[in-house]
Amino acid sequence: MTEALRLAGVHKSFGKLEVLRGIDLAVEEHEVVCLIGASGSGKSTLLRCVNLLERVDAGRIVVLGDEITASGVDVNRIRRRIGIVFQAFNLFPHMSVLENVTLGPRKALGVPRAQAEEEAAALLERFGLADKRDEYPDRLSGGQQQRAAIVRALAMKPDIMLLDEVTSALDPELVGEVLDVIRDLAAGGMTMVIATHEMGFARETASRVCFLDEGVILEEGPPAQIFSTPREPRTQQFLQRILQARRL
Amino acid sequence: MAIALASTALFFAVIVVVVVNSAGWPEVKQAFFNGEIFDESFPEIRSAFLINVKIFCIAEVVILFTALGLAVLRSLPGPVFFPIRLLAIVYADFFRGIPTILLIYILGFGIPALQLEGVPTDEMFWGTVALVLVYTAYVSEVYRAGIESVHPSQNAAARSLGLSHGQSLRYVVIPQAVRRVIPPLLNDFIGLQKDTALVALLGVIEAFRQSQIDVASTFNYTPYLATALMFLIITVPMTRFTDWLIARDRKRRQAAGVAA
Repeated sequence: MTEALRLAGVHKSFGKLEVLRGIDLAVEEHEVVCLIGASGSGKSTLLRCVNLLERVDAGRIVVLGDEITASGVDVNRIRRRIGIVFQAFNLFPHMSVLENVTLGPRKALGVPRAQAEEEAAALLERFGLADKRDEYPDRLSGGQQQRAAIVRALAMKPDIMLLDEVTSALDPELVGEVLDVIRDLAAGGMTMVIATHEMGFARETASRVCFLDEGVILEEGPPAQIFSTPREPRTQQFLQRILQARRL
Repeated sequence: MAIALASTALFFAVIVVVVVNSAGWPEVKQAFFNGEIFDESFPEIRSAFLINVKIFCIAEVVILFTALGLAVLRSLPGPVFFPIRLLAIVYADFFRGIPTILLIYILGFGIPALQLEGVPTDEMFWGTVALVLVYTAYVSEVYRAGIESVHPSQNAAARSLGLSHGQSLRYVVIPQAVRRVIPPLLNDFIGLQKDTALVALLGVIEAFRQSQIDVASTFNYTPYLATALMFLIITVPMTRFTDWLIARDRKRRQAAGVAA
């Protein structure tokens, strides 16, 4: 197995607030790692650091053998290999779905328009958005927007996908269609790191679950172990609270 | 609608009655509303106004680009670009702070007096340059507000696709920013169109200067009225158009808010 991603001693602060306090994590190729933990535990910041949207203060991040935290690294080249999908979709509102999806390949990779559009059309077809290709984002439902955002990231043919709470902004009845897409990707062998509050989904899809607490990975393991027999009291508390919330 | 119409008619009727019955009205009418002099001076003023049109058309096209360039320079990230950002800020502060009329004098009389080889001495040229310098500062602030109004997550999404800072600005941020700032940008252009009259101070015979000449030769102020009319013919439709754009924009945003 090849290592897709490694984080070693990653620290990140915003002003006085220490958000990541020494993250160590290794992800193999084709692995699906789910990050769980309370809001503010550092899940999003971790993903944004891997995509270099945030600069780490200390520590190293290695993507497929390349140390991306080294100085003088070409951030644009790194980002082309890593797809990220955001909680709030962040589609470009002034572009049609097709233009959203082809912008990256055309401008960052230099793919000719005809080829980029052909590949985008195939991806949109695969994820049930073929009839939406010429629509603008504000004409789509939240679920469709998020699927379009996933397709936009996939169009760059990334080696790793980072998903940052991609269902948190959706109406409950739209969550399913987006999770289906992610399951589909997992089944296809895509390496993914997923920050999520969907415990059922994490349990069934993840190859490994990491529990983040106050900027460190407190506990990690196979989903069956984490969800059934968590070692750490903090993990037990967190899962207990989630369970209670679901009952209400 | 009917009530609005009736109330408007009554309002203006009262004003007209008051003005026409005032003691000085016969003299004012003779000095400002002389039909004969109007007919005589209007054609000259109309052709002189073409100079104003030429000045603001050229200036506006140039400003659209220079102001955007200045706004982009001011938005460059990172400590490396601090000197460039500083220069852009100094530029905007200086040219918004200096009275336009002074800059027109300084450039229009100062630079030709230097008698530099190859530098134009044409007053209209330097008057236009002065307007471009001042309005570039104003319009760049409008662009900058637009660029800053685009949520940072849009830039993050573009950068995450591997687009450079420049590409993100070019394809994602600026297209959204420009759409939002068209109304305030047109507003500044209305100001610019009126300020073209200031170029008269350099001796350029544009509409305002032409009307001064006519006033001096007829001892009657009606030519000024003709000039005012020329400016209104251009600026009022543009003002209405700007307001219409603002209203349309607001409606759209409200519709989008409901959909989200």
